[in-house]
Amino acid sequence: MPAKYHIHVRRVPPRFTPLAKNAIIDWSEGCLRCARCVKEQCPVDAYRKRGFDRTQFVDTIDEMCRDCYRCVQGCPRELIYKVVNPQYRQLGDEYWTPEILSATWYQAETGKIPVSGAGYGGPFSGPGFDSLWTDMSEIVRPTRDGIHGREYISTSVDLGRKPMFLLFDEQGDMAWTTPPLLELPLPILLAEPKLGPNPRGMQEIITLAAQNLGTLAILGRDQLVPVPAQALGQIMPSYSAGALELEDPLLSQVRAIEMLDHPALLKQVEVLKKRYPQLLVSIKVPGDEKVVDRVAELTAAGAEIIHIYATEKARGLGGFQDLHLKDLIRRCHLRLVEEQLRDTVTLLFSGGIALAEHVAKAIICGADGIIADLPLLLALECRLCRQCTKGGNCPVEIDLLTTKRGAQRLVNLIGAWNNQLLEIMGAMGMREVRRLRGEVGRAMFLEDLEKEIFAPLFANRETELQKRDPN
Amino acid sequence: MAKPNKVIALPTTSPGQLWEPVHTPGRFRNTLSKYRVYRNESRCIKCGKCVELCPYGVFTKAGSYLRRPKSYLCLGLECQKKPFHCVANCPAQALKVSVHPVYNTLGDCRWNPDLLLSTWWQAEFGNLPYTDLEYRTGGSGGGFDRLRLLFPPRRGGKNINHDDISLEVDINRRGDGRPNIRVSVPWYGGGMSFGSVSINTILSRATAATTFNTMVSTGEGGFPEELYPFSDHVVTQVATGLFGVREDTLQRVRMIEFKYAQGAKPGLGGHLLGDKVTPAVARMRESVTGNALFSPFPFHSVYSVEDHKKHIDWMKEINPRALISVKVSTPTDVDMVAVGSYYAGAHVVQLDGSYGGTGAAPDIAKKNIAMPIEYAIPKVHQFLRAEGIRESVTLVASGGIRSAYDVAKAIALGADLVQIGTADLVALECLRCHNCESGRGCARGIATTDPELVDLMTIQYGAARICNMYYSWSWQLKEILRLLGLRSIRELVGRTDLLMHLDYFERAIDDDIRGK
Repeated sequence: MPAKYHIHVRRVPPRFTPLAKNAIIDWSEGCLRCARCVKEQCPVDAYRKRGFDRTQFVDTIDEMCRDCYRCVQGCPRELIYKVVNPQYRQLGDEYWTPEILSATWYQAETGKIPVSGAGYGGPFSGPGFDSLWTDMSEIVRPTRDGIHGREYISTSVDLGRKPMFLLFDEQGDMAWTTPPLLELPLPILLAEPKLGPNPRGMQEIITLAAQNLGTLAILGRDQLVPVPAQALGQIMPSYSAGALELEDPLLSQVRAIEMLDHPALLKQVEVLKKRYPQLLVSIKVPGDEKVVDRVAELTAAGAEIIHIYATEKARGLGGFQDLHLKDLIRRCHLRLVEEQLRDTVTLLFSGGIALAEHVAKAIICGADGIIADLPLLLALECRLCRQCTKGGNCPVEIDLLTTKRGAQRLVNLIGAWNNQLLEIMGAMGMREVRRLRGEVGRAMFLEDLEKEIFAPLFANRETELQKRDPN
Repeated sequence: MAKPNKVIALPTTSPGQLWEPVHTPGRFRNTLSKYRVYRNESRCIKCGKCVELCPYGVFTKAGSYLRRPKSYLCLGLECQKKPFHCVANCPAQALKVSVHPVYNTLGDCRWNPDLLLSTWWQAEFGNLPYTDLEYRTGGSGGGFDRLRLLFPPRRGGKNINHDDISLEVDINRRGDGRPNIRVSVPWYGGGMSFGSVSINTILSRATAATTFNTMVSTGEGGFPEELYPFSDHVVTQVATGLFGVREDTLQRVRMIEFKYAQGAKPGLGGHLLGDKVTPAVARMRESVTGNALFSPFPFHSVYSVEDHKKHIDWMKEINPRALISVKVSTPTDVDMVAVGSYYAGAHVVQLDGSYGGTGAAPDIAKKNIAMPIEYAIPKVHQFLRAEGIRESVTLVASGGIRSAYDVAKAIALGADLVQIGTADLVALECLRCHNCESGRGCARGIATTDPELVDLMTIQYGAARICNMYYSWSWQLKEILRLLGLRSIRELVGRTDLLMHLDYFERAIDDDIRGK
């Protein structure tokens, strides 16, 4: 058995007080000066410990408060309120919700799985990944203990072309050299986000994190920072369409590269592979209306890795702009299954992967692995104010963050994600993430449950109800 | 002007009633509310007109001193149309009624502010609020919150009296010679262990269960001695960690519950954080103070349905009079699991959905693993019927049953009865802050074992609050049955024709029973 893959998380406290969901408003006008003020009885002692964060103009009490409302309910003059924090509600956008942002901050700080008491309090379902549930087993054999595992659950994936059979010559030796294969210990690759105040610093942070995690960092070739020699194996330079120079020294130093799809791409890959046979080539394809055909075509032509990208909000591009990433994944996956090519190629997806559950669900829908980009910026305390895209200053000073500290926050986030992936697989009784790929039988889709269970009970009852109640 | 009845006049009970509501106000000085009645002290001339006018008792006087307005009793903005509207009638324009700024910070999607406030109301008074608070559903936007009861157009039940309506359910339907348990209401208390909640919470629930002739589960944390007097109304849980499971506790009860999985963390083990393992908890669980306790997943002695039968046989051998319940989560093959449990000898199959409470669970598990309970109930009900064994097994639904309407909907979808947990805690003034697991536990003294915090609540208060809520639920269920023209809760089982899902229906459906 291989050594157990372990991600070393270590707490990295935030530099800025995170915004809390609710805020305390505490009037002093009319205060009776009770001998024993409710503020002194705070179970978490928030009133005594509170401070004022001068850089942000934030009262730190909101972050410490645990929402017990004892002060709100105890003050004899009702001078203390909790109100919705408007600053919190304004974080992010409709896809990157404040809840996603704060969950990401927590994981990047602690490296821990978010745990809470009481039952699920969120909406029944939602679009995209929120419209499917993963399976579990009441009885599993052999036992799985998730993250407390005594038995090993593997999260390794292989990048590259997988031959469907082997060929031997008359001497019984392999008749051709097997294509290169790169095993990553987890199905998550890192890529630089499209925004951020300091892209070069971000490249360094992502490279170091990829090195610590043993995964790949996808970095744009054009603006690439000098990468230390020991990290070259962990980067995957990304070339824009047709911009590849065969003499580029990086090509002999890295294990994999990414190329943006263009009409003459296959020819270019052929030339490239002739010169660098051990180099893995990932083809980056936009998730538009042509993607399914293109993926099939590229795979039939021998593509090793295909990276399909969606928008930041997990939607397709062009004619597929209404299609959610999960459906995009399913279509590409199923097409290759139909053509009996699925197992030959590695499919990676990016765009809108925001939470750990999206990793598991994308894999269930048919991805071999996913590429995280924007969450990496959020891990550095980004609040998605997008000031950096308008030339403004970063309010959380991501540009001043040291590489080491930033990288540890990324390692923490991905560590927490990987543990959550283990929990999901443990619940199913699965021992390998490779086997989770395309296993839609181990998921429950909202549309199927509706069709099988609720529609037969509730659909087409208009006439019956008309009879009951003519009005 | 004739005043409407003051709210403090509690519903009258009829003979044979199990409980008479006792006015039990909240433990905290300011009861949370939807509206805020604000009196500007510098303007008020202390004429006392508001005291005289308001029929709801918002304003009270002690001698010439005007007490602070009790905002939670206020009818709210609706009151503007009334002749006794305090704001309009105040000679000094000192009064203001507006939505309380705290209102929007309360609860979450499932237990939204209205549902919390109306449940607290029921626990205080034993009846439904006369304000515009929604008491039937939460705001999750799906499942129970989109299902409606379909009352006949000319609402039935003119000649049915509440006294003629039965809420009783028989638990043993196997006909295997073991004694039956007949509970008087179609719900019983779900497992909450000693450790996850305080002993006062446990005893409050046990008292209410006994008063209403139903049961309460111990959860996986042993059988505290204080519970012995309630033994006939206690279900003891055998879960994967086997904490506190002893031969004498198993022999003490009428029903034993096997917990295979829990809806809030399906496929994952339980976890009691070290802070909550006080000396008393450690003694009960035969472990060490301050050490976190893991309850593993799954049962490490059960790898097949044959092993499962062996487990059940073992319990049946230890306690020859006990009924066996099997608590499972809701995977894709939940219907097969239910059938398997029946053939292994279970009397009760309990489906636990993911909205249910827990001491601590990963957020990812609560949100994503296993299907919503609303789908699982009809799936299993229909499958058991197709197998021809539906009449021989009792189907219990749990994990997210928040109101009397959820009870009715779960039963109409195919359950025989339900198990509730969080609703009991909300009656004890839980406000769903989701911090049960951290540090000393619940700062409101409900889900904690910290001696100082436990003392925030007495058993007398707790039992009365839960009984009041049970009383209100019983009344609502009887009223629902009456309006449907049914005489027994048994007649509602599987009656999906009495339900409608708003996704499949365009017109509004009114299933309010207040003042009907």
